[in-house]
Formats: sequence, C-alpha cells, structure tokens
Amino acid sequence: MKIIVCVKQVPDTSGKVAVNPDGTLNRASMATITNPDDLNAVEAALVLKEQTGAEVIVISMGPPPAEGMLREIMARGADRAVLVSGREFGGSDTYATSQILAAAINKIGVEKEDIVMCGRQAIDGDTAQVGPQIAEKLGLPQVSYAAEIKKDGDTLTIKRVLEDGYMTVKVKTPCLITCIKELNEPRYMSVGGVFECHSKPYEVFDYNTLKDDPLIDPSTIGLKGSPTNIFKSFTPPQKGVGMMLEGADKATCEKLAGILAAKHLI
Amino acid sequence: MDFHLSKEQEMVRKMYREFAENEVKPLAEEIDEEERFPMETVEKMGKLGMMGIYFPKEYGGAGGDVLSYAMCVEELAKVCGTTAVIVSAHTSLCCAPIFENGTEEQKMKYLPDLLSGKKIGAFGLTEPNAGTDASGQQTTAVLEGDHYVLNGSKCFITNGTVAETFVIFAMTDKSLGNHGISAFIVEKSFPGFSVGKHEKKMGIRGSSTCDLIFEDCIVPKENLLGKEGQGFKIAMQTLDGGRLGIAAQALGLGEGAVNEAVKYTQERVQFKKRLSQFQNTQFQLADMHTRMQAAQYLVYAAAVKKQNHEPYGMDSAMAKLFAAEAANDVTRRAVQLFGGYGYTREYPVERMMRDAKITEIYEGTSEVQRMVISRALGVK
Repeated sequence: MKIIVCVKQVPDTSGKVAVNPDGTLNRASMATITNPDDLNAVEAALVLKEQTGAEVIVISMGPPPAEGMLREIMARGADRAVLVSGREFGGSDTYATSQILAAAINKIGVEKEDIVMCGRQAIDGDTAQVGPQIAEKLGLPQVSYAAEIKKDGDTLTIKRVLEDGYMTVKVKTPCLITCIKELNEPRYMSVGGVFECHSKPYEVFDYNTLKDDPLIDPSTIGLKGSPTNIFKSFTPPQKGVGMMLEGADKATCEKLAGILAAKHLI
Repeated sequence: MDFHLSKEQEMVRKMYREFAENEVKPLAEEIDEEERFPMETVEKMGKLGMMGIYFPKEYGGAGGDVLSYAMCVEELAKVCGTTAVIVSAHTSLCCAPIFENGTEEQKMKYLPDLLSGKKIGAFGLTEPNAGTDASGQQTTAVLEGDHYVLNGSKCFITNGTVAETFVIFAMTDKSLGNHGISAFIVEKSFPGFSVGKHEKKMGIRGSSTCDLIFEDCIVPKENLLGKEGQGFKIAMQTLDGGRLGIAAQALGLGEGAVNEAVKYTQERVQFKKRLSQFQNTQFQLADMHTRMQAAQYLVYAAAVKKQNHEPYGMDSAMAKLFAAEAANDVTRRAVQLFGGYGYTREYPVERMMRDAKITEIYEGTSEVQRMVISRALGVK
C-alpha cells in the first residue's frame, strides 16, 4: 500500500507579501514554508502508515530548492520523495499543474490499495483546485475537506467539514483526499529523521521523465498550457476581532439581537 | 576553518526552534512561577529524539552529532533555562558516562529507555562536604558477595526527583583518595535508595534539584560502571561533557535575552523616541550580541572537538567560563534596558537573569574552570 502526498512550497504569508508589477507574487523575495494544509495531509498519511505499514511518498512540483522542503517531510517520517521540476513546467496554473502532477503520480503508479492525499488549498493561490483536478485526471474518486479519516480494509470513512455542517462519506481505495487543518496536528521533524532524510530515496522527474504520458502535451503544461490570467494579487484584509457571547438563555439572546440590530444586520 | 553548519544541523536547528517556540516558551513562565517540572515537555522531547541526540541508533539514540546536541540545549535555553538543563543533565551527566564507560550489557539495559526519554537520568557526585572539592566523597560502597552496599547522601542533584536511573559516585577504598572512588548505575527502585528534600532555588525553578539518600542501598555488582577506583576519572571526564551542555545553556540564555531586548527596545517609546533610537541602546545591544556570538564560537568549537574525539576538556571549560559570564552580563544588561518593566515578571528577562546565575556555579564554578584552563596551560 502506498500513500502519495502532494505538497507545495509557498511564500510565508505571515511576513510581508511582495507583489510583482504584473500582479503575480514575487516569490524570490519571500521566505518559503511548506503549505500548511499539505502538512495536515502529510500527518494523515503518517498516521495511516503507523496503522497499516503503508509507504508514504511525498511529491511536489517546483524549482530545485524545493528539495529542502521534501527532505524536511522525510525527516517527519515520509519514506521517499519525488520533485517534479523542469523549465517546461514553469508558469503552470492549476489546470496545467494538476495535469503534470497526475502524470507524475501515474509514473509512480496508483494501485488498488493506494491513496493520494493533498492539502485543501495553498495559501498563495487559495484556489483549492489542484487536488480535485488531479483526481479527475487520474479517474479517482475524491473526497475533499477531510477532517477525520478512518480506514477499515479498502474502505475509508471520511468526515468532511462544509460551511454549514458535516458530511460523512465512505469511499473505496484507490481515491484522493484533500485535507483541512482540523484533521490533525502535524508532527515535528524528529532528530533521528533529520539525520536519516538525506539518505532516503529522492528522485527528480523532469519533462523527459514524463513526456510519454498522454497527459503531458506542450499545449497543456507550463505557461502556454495555462488558461488562467492573473488579474490582481492582494493580501486579504485582516478580519476584525470577533465577539463571543456566552450562554444560551433569553438574556443572552436578547443581547445578541440588540447587537445585530444596532449594526442594522437584522 | 569551516564555520558552516551541515544541512542536517541547519534542519535540526529549525526543528528545535519550532519546538521551543510552540511547546517550551508558552510554559516557561508558569513552570518558573510554580516550580513545576515540565514532564509533558520531556515526553514530547523523548518522542522527537531530543533526549538521546548524539548517541547511536543501535542503543535507541537519534544518531546525531554533539554540535546538534549543543544547539538543542542552546535553542531551548533561549526560551526556557529549565527545559535546557533537564536535557543537558540527562544527556551529558547520565547517558554519556553510561555510553562511554558501560559494558555492552549495561548499555543495552539502560540506554534504550534513557535515550528515548522513557526514563530520565541524573548524576550524583556532589555531597554536602564535597562540592568543588569532589574528591572529599563520604558516600561509601562496600562489596558484599554479589552486590555493593552504599551509604551516604548526595545533594543538589539535577533531575533528582524525576529520574529513574542515576550515575552515583562512592568511595570503595578511602585509603586510596581519588583512586578509591568508584561509579555505579543506580536505579530508583533499588532497596535503600530514597530522594530527600527539594531545593527552592533562585532560577531554573522548574528543574528538580534534591538530595539523594543511600541507607544500606543494595546495588548489584554488575552495576559498577567502569572498574573499581575509576570513579574520579569517570566523573571528571563526564563533567567535561557536562560543561559543554551548561555552556550551551548559558549561550542560549544570553541569546534569548538579546532577542527580547532587540524586540522591546524597538517598541518602547520614551522622550518621543523608540529606545532603539538612542545610541546607548544601540551600543549596549551591539556589545551584548558580540559577547554571545563569541560565546557561540567557543561552545561550537568545543562540541566539534568532542565529536571528533579530540581532547576538549580545556575547550569546554573555556566555553562554559566565557558563556556563563557573558550570559550573566547580557541578561543583567537586558533587564536594565527594559527598566522597571524588566524587573517585573511580566517580561521574561528577569527570569533569564535569575536562570543565568547558576551557569557560573554548577558543573564547576567559574573559578574551577579557570583552574582547569590554567592547568591545561601548564601553569602551576
């Protein structure tokens, strides 16, 4: 059994966000981190590894320095890593990215018992499109927004968190799951993991590695294969501090109604 | 000379920083205030390999190196002096002497639980009348058949109340002086062993410091560490490593105080200026950082020498002497830069100043370090 986890190196948006004149992010001038939701996917995979002995393979598309991130994830416990990297892939939007990642996952091979995991969305683009698109291109059933995963044989029972409630679904492997932060608390790298991670298997898939896959076509990858045009990049405005009212009695309800009325919301 | 850290050392330092920031810093004030040993942190550190950093995997260690251990103590001490000394005493004073002097059986029996943090280790050399003069040991060990009988007491034992495995020194032959001291691995459960009073301290208040009492304590013969009469040598060798850990603790405390002072002086406004805009502040911070940077070079150099199995006794003594005195100077200056607020427990610098003091005292006072260094120079 294999669990393939897709991860992305993203700019650390907790610092200052730098934007190029054309509206795209100036990635070079910002510190990078592993996309937070992806670490929840990694953690979920490592928990399943502890339960089932599955092999955890971490995969990312990005420039060569993304190796550092992949080594760190191996220091957390992943068994091997694949970096998908090549000039031909540069400038890819979510459509092209998922095309390339799907081809790379095909190269690794998805068998009956296997699971592909992704974070819900990356903090730089905030699209939440890549995971579902990979599933479509691989022809896998997908379950997004996973907040709880239980495995019983080839069936996964997954609790999804939606805006207005929860939904529990059952899915058979192979499948793709996108994970949210409520799913778990990602573990730290361990000291032993750090000293082992440079001797774990690490591969780079370039254009030549993937070019024979039907998904890889010059018209569907890279900037040329990307139908998205970026209109504007911006840092979302910070939300103000919320107000919590304690209690479920009449007085609290009246207070709540009063506050909402004062704001002309009701 | 290569001043660059390896990829692994850079990576492991990042992990220590994240751990210290998220798991250790939030507890630092509370465990100081309540004099509470942070057992939950030790459990987490054990799982991450931080309780056995530079020991081989075959004994349950993390397979890292000595510098990575020193950096761990340093990063912990930046936010919490207590947590740093727990790791240092456990690693340098208990795991190291067993690893370096133990038989294969002793190593296989004791190291896996210690290095994984399942059990905490401690070291018992100091006695009420044998502090800096460690040769004045009054605890005795008498061989009776298949076991030794220990009688006496130890004091100021770091990790004492929480440890389950101890490296203890006792006189097996008083007539031989230093050469009559032997080392033993003692388990908490051995008959006749008990833990005495807990010390209330000025700093590192979350760490456990207590007396150990041996009343006809039965220690199996196979728990003799090294040979009879080698105890003093084992103790001195162990303290060379221990000093490296304390030097790293002092280093971290001083660096932590610099970090706090840099942050605070850029926020605090007096005379319509940020404190950081005054030249006095800038010069103070420059001096503080320079002293700690110099301390870091000494600590790291000693760690690399130990890793390479080169003689490093003088290096670790210099590192501890310099780092401890620098940490005391720097934390005191940090309190001064904070002014009245620095003297309150609202900010961490007063705790850092209290925590720093002990680094000039334990595992050999600064005066002892000067003795070690001058002797290494051949000065008599």
